[in-house]
Amino acid sequence: MTMTAPAPAVLTEPARPSAARLTAVELRKMTDTRSGRWLLIVIALSTVALMPVIVFTVPERDQTLLEMLVATQAGVSLLLPVVGILAVTSEWSQRTALTTFALVPGRFRVLGAKAAATGLLATAFLVIGLAVAAATRALGGAFGRSAGDWSIPPAQLGGLLVFSLAMVFMGVAFGLLLQSPALSIVLFFVIPTLWSTLNELVKKLQKPAEWLDANRTLAVLSDPAGGVATAGEWARIGVSLAVWLLLPLVIGLVRLSRREVK
Amino acid sequence: MIDVVQLTKRYREVTAVDAVSFRCEPGTVTGFLGPNGAGKSTTMRMICGLTPPSAGEATVLGVPYARIANPGRHVGVLLDAAAMHPGRTGRETLGLAAQVLGVEQARAQQMLDRVGLPAKAARRRVGGYSLGMRQRLGIAQALIGDPSVLILDEPANGLDPEGIFWMRTLLREFADRGGTVLLSSHLLREVEAVADRFVVISGGRIAAQGTKDDLLAAPGGVLVRGLDAAALHAALAAAGLAARPEGAGAFTVDAPAEAVGRAAAAAGVVLTELRQAGGGGLEELFLSLTAGAPAVPASVPVPAEEALK
Repeated sequence: MTMTAPAPAVLTEPARPSAARLTAVELRKMTDTRSGRWLLIVIALSTVALMPVIVFTVPERDQTLLEMLVATQAGVSLLLPVVGILAVTSEWSQRTALTTFALVPGRFRVLGAKAAATGLLATAFLVIGLAVAAATRALGGAFGRSAGDWSIPPAQLGGLLVFSLAMVFMGVAFGLLLQSPALSIVLFFVIPTLWSTLNELVKKLQKPAEWLDANRTLAVLSDPAGGVATAGEWARIGVSLAVWLLLPLVIGLVRLSRREVK
Repeated sequence: MIDVVQLTKRYREVTAVDAVSFRCEPGTVTGFLGPNGAGKSTTMRMICGLTPPSAGEATVLGVPYARIANPGRHVGVLLDAAAMHPGRTGRETLGLAAQVLGVEQARAQQMLDRVGLPAKAARRRVGGYSLGMRQRLGIAQALIGDPSVLILDEPANGLDPEGIFWMRTLLREFADRGGTVLLSSHLLREVEAVADRFVVISGGRIAAQGTKDDLLAAPGGVLVRGLDAAALHAALAAAGLAARPEGAGAFTVDAPAEAVGRAAAAAGVVLTELRQAGGGGLEELFLSLTAGAPAVPASVPVPAEEALK
């Protein structure tokens, strides 16, 4: 910018769309098609799925609000990566990237808005889960089936949020790396299974797996009996996310910046 | 204003676009012509910052496209009408664009009216649209930010004759109000009536560019026909003009029409026809410029290139 004359005023005005507006646009894109809406509705409904199971099978003393909240997130955590994957891959499969990047040439800004939108959705599902869990606990109490604790330690709520965000952002990073919805979704679910099988077969891998298997390291965050994660557990979470989130994200960013938009 | 300077795109071994330069001025419509695979779309994507060029540069309104803060408010782009989300309604597609650009949502309805998409169609999902309807929607999307430059790739594809006439009128009015239009086509007829200037590309290289008159004034000689072929031939020979017989008393002569007319008049030969050779006009010229050009770029220069510049 020091070498060239400043661009004419006509081109810095009107201002570029703000990050907030781009995030709102990305949320709108995720909800304005039938398939997108249904995916989100199914995830929202999944929060209710395990509630009857808890109310009718778990001893009433153990029917705590935390137990129920964790149960609301079981289906959510399974499907959140799909939301993340589709957010970053569907523009390529539907070819809308041509319009998106013609209107917003800053590709990383678009990606940032998509990540923010998926993060907001993940947070929203945790809030929905909290409401569903509270309603279940209240109803269970009213009918004399639930007698567990109402309290949720804030650190554990925070842990659940980190868990949800990690799941959705792993999906984003995976989608960014592979750039194809079908491939990303299949591999996202197949690789951890293969990895676990490999661990069973090769004894030497079991020690590293405690650090590298994100499903295992993150499990502590979504375990109602797990308490608040220790420093050692956070370290393992950090290492596993470096492999499953940071690495694909960085490679994916390079691919995104170089890719020709057709 | 669009300025393309020595724009080049190489894919491994293949050079898809080879040192292409041209300029589109405000108030004009530039027809970007060439057969399929000639490099038109690649050039347009490079102008819009969607494909990184291997060499050269392109500016729109004096700056690289990607450096425009809110490009949709200055440049309307339609690169592929088929590339729309089939699950969104036409109206929602425009609503999204309006939101990104920061213009009122009401612009979506105005643009639907402007391109003649009825409200009923606008409520339907794009997946059920014909290509012609998608082109109209794509043009509406390009216009929604009230731009001063339009870049349209094959916008007439899939339009019926009435639609092509409508688009021509729209683009002419846009340019007459001071706008800059660059539109590509592989069919000369679609743009011949609306374009002020033509850029003909073949095999990734510029084969010719200029106004219609510039292109037709290209040396192709003059065709002359007389009542008495032998007398005409003698008259031309006497005037020192080399003539090639074209049959039925006609000859082509590499000389200005005036010189041929004078030669005939001096010998008292009655002429029945005297005109620029290549009677097909632009069409014939276009075909001759692009005929035989391989879909993948040739490594040899197009012979007509220098002569026509």
